[in-house]
Amino acid sequence: MDYTNEPDCKLPLALIVDMPELKENPFRNRIVESFSEDGMGNLSFNEFVDMFSVLSEMAPRELKAIYAFKIYDYNVDNYLCKEDLEKTLNKLTKEELTPEEVELVCEKAIEEADLDGDNKLSYTDFENMISRAPDFLSTFHIRI
Amino acid sequence: GEKEKLNMKQADMRGTKEKPETSEDGDDEEEVNNDGEVRPELLSPEELEKLKEAVDEKKKLIQSLRGKPWPMKQKLVTLRESQLFVEKYEGALGKGKGRKLYAYKVMMTKKWMKFQRDFENFKIACIPWEMKIKEIESHFGSSVASYFIFLRWMYGINMILFGLTFGLVMVPEALMGRAYGSIPRKTVPRAEEAGAMDFAVLWDFGGYAQYSVLFYGYYNNQRAIGWFKFRMPLSYFLVGVGTVAYSYMVVIRTMARNANESGIGDDNSFNFSWKMFTSWDYLIGNPETADNKFASITTSFKEAILEEQESRKDDNIHLTRFLRVLANFLVLCCLAGSGYLIYFVVRRSQKFALDGLENHSWWERNEVNMVMSLLGMFCPMLFDVISTLENYHPRVALQWQLGRIFALFLGNLYTFIIALMDAINLKRKEEKVVKYNITMWEATLYNGTGSENSTAPPITIHPADVPRGPCWETMVGQEFVRLIISDTMTTYITLLIGDFLRAVLVRFLNHCWCWDLEAGFPSYSEFDVSGNVLGLIFNQGMIWMGAFYAPCLPALNLLRLHVSMYLQCWAVMCCNVPQERVFKASGSNNFYMAMLLVILFLSTLPAIYTIVTIPPSFDCGPFSGKNRMFDVIQETLESDFPAWFSKVFSYASNPGLVLPFILLMVLAIYYLQSTSKSYKEANVELKKKLQMVIQRLDNF
Repeated sequence: MDYTNEPDCKLPLALIVDMPELKENPFRNRIVESFSEDGMGNLSFNEFVDMFSVLSEMAPRELKAIYAFKIYDYNVDNYLCKEDLEKTLNKLTKEELTPEEVELVCEKAIEEADLDGDNKLSYTDFENMISRAPDFLSTFHIRI
Repeated sequence: GEKEKLNMKQADMRGTKEKPETSEDGDDEEEVNNDGEVRPELLSPEELEKLKEAVDEKKKLIQSLRGKPWPMKQKLVTLRESQLFVEKYEGALGKGKGRKLYAYKVMMTKKWMKFQRDFENFKIACIPWEMKIKEIESHFGSSVASYFIFLRWMYGINMILFGLTFGLVMVPEALMGRAYGSIPRKTVPRAEEAGAMDFAVLWDFGGYAQYSVLFYGYYNNQRAIGWFKFRMPLSYFLVGVGTVAYSYMVVIRTMARNANESGIGDDNSFNFSWKMFTSWDYLIGNPETADNKFASITTSFKEAILEEQESRKDDNIHLTRFLRVLANFLVLCCLAGSGYLIYFVVRRSQKFALDGLENHSWWERNEVNMVMSLLGMFCPMLFDVISTLENYHPRVALQWQLGRIFALFLGNLYTFIIALMDAINLKRKEEKVVKYNITMWEATLYNGTGSENSTAPPITIHPADVPRGPCWETMVGQEFVRLIISDTMTTYITLLIGDFLRAVLVRFLNHCWCWDLEAGFPSYSEFDVSGNVLGLIFNQGMIWMGAFYAPCLPALNLLRLHVSMYLQCWAVMCCNVPQERVFKASGSNNFYMAMLLVILFLSTLPAIYTIVTIPPSFDCGPFSGKNRMFDVIQETLESDFPAWFSKVFSYASNPGLVLPFILLMVLAIYYLQSTSKSYKEANVELKKKLQMVIQRLDNF
């Protein structure tokens, strides 16, 4: 992979998620996928810079919220539906919760944040909920 | 880390076109495009206006491009288009109306923006300890790292304070003031000369250390020193006031910034959603910490689920209430006990001082500082044990704990100050006696060589032999310096024993011990974030209190913080384990700032009190001979400013003018607060309306 002569080359997903900053993150695959153009996780250099720029300390809150929404949207349908939430929860707890508990948590989360009553979270619902979270800026941050 | 930085630097050097920056990069080869297709002379004024607006719009787009969520390719294409557009028409716009000047202005603006950007990069590259903090963050999460970030911020403040005191107070006196040994206040008295160089005396800040620029007493009260007439007393006074003012400004600005960033929301309406989307700390890079984090997230979810499923039944509410009242009573007893102990010990040390310090052992001489440090170490543990009676939610319990430790430190500090005030009054009485003695002594000198009216040769007495007044300001400075040193020593020794020695013992004795030391009783210690932050805050409070009387304090503190940073970074990585219950760092951030502000206020009160009410010593310090320390301002106004200025000032300081002004400010604060409240409510209303509109659009 010769960057000098072919500036458009892309790094594969497997190589990027092996970085020390991303290795322990349960969402590493989704993070890399949401910044890649082809949706498969192969990043060109510009997209790589973009990823770390959004995750840095100085990115504005709105920008981070947009990308957080993309990351947690597993089936890429622009809504956070129940399956997306279940997958997120299972990644977070390494599947230690029972299925009933998972069900309860996802239902409660949708109940809290869903404003238009369609049983899934659109970007507006998500943004409304995350903009009030006191921890969002400090946890959604990777320092390089 | 390093690899990414290198890659970005390469991209920066190779082609600035690859970054979504402002329009100054890559433009230098095409300064002003003379052959645009549009001839501005042929355009009417309105069209010219429209063209100008379009150019401005493109410029705004370029500025805001970084914040847009578009994929990189789209951003780069838009950037190139906008840059080309701006280049083509911007130069052309200036045609006919001093085009050359316009082009020059444009070029200068671009160069200025480039310079600003390079300077920003340089400033960020200069931030110290970034890699250390990153390592700690990845191992311990953001709450432990927040202590080190706080330490670094304090270091920055102390750097500025050091710059002020060193550059404007210590250096001028050292370079331009009279040398050591020339006047009485700058010389070690004959009686102390023998031991002035001993290490024990120097460690106690007596001897040569006392009669140096480090303390108040050395400074001469000459109004202007050196060839460019540097006003030393004025500078001393203004630096004292300036350090406090600067600290207030910085703390309040940081609080305002923090308040802006954190959401204005209520805590419980999005409990599960926040747990799901904001509990993972993206900074974690270490497998052990990650495991801990997974476990704590799971536990937190299980707790929340349990709370959600069960109804709240508080069956033994009377017992709980009784226990809580009992706990508070015990805590109050502890606080009262510690306050009395300190007062008692300070009284004793005054008695020792009267007897002469040489007759007592090391412990008796340093009793006050040791007692204060030991109390600060053991009482919080006691509070921790008492709080198990109370059975609060952990976050509430932590806040109670912090509040109690805060009260403890505050009580101790103020008892110390009251005792110090007693010592000051004692010294002032002594001063009167010394003054009387000096007049007698001078009379005997002149009597010995004939009458005063004759042209007797001036008697030259060596400065070391002149009888000296007890300089209470230097004594205050010395007390604070000693307190800070003993506090530092105690912290470091507790660190080495409590953390390092414990870790060594647990690791090596584990093989030959009956129970598992690592999982069971001692185990490795966790890093106590709140205790350390409080220690830092109180340390800074003592600096603020004592800096007026000992200009060396900010320098000392800078050294201490520097060493602390390295020592604690090493200790945390080597001997501590990540916390089991991981606490949110964010909520506490403004809490710590608020405490810092309170401490700043409380520590400047004693200093201000002494400046305003107590007359300065007659023979030491830059204000000697004046009635009150702030008289130096009056003197400066009278002698250095034109006459009308002092008249204006005297009118302005009339109470009849000052009181209505204060009243006006209070009314302004009230008005601003009520408008801000109404803006917040309007904000909420608008958000609700926005949601309704979006719902209606979705329904179509």
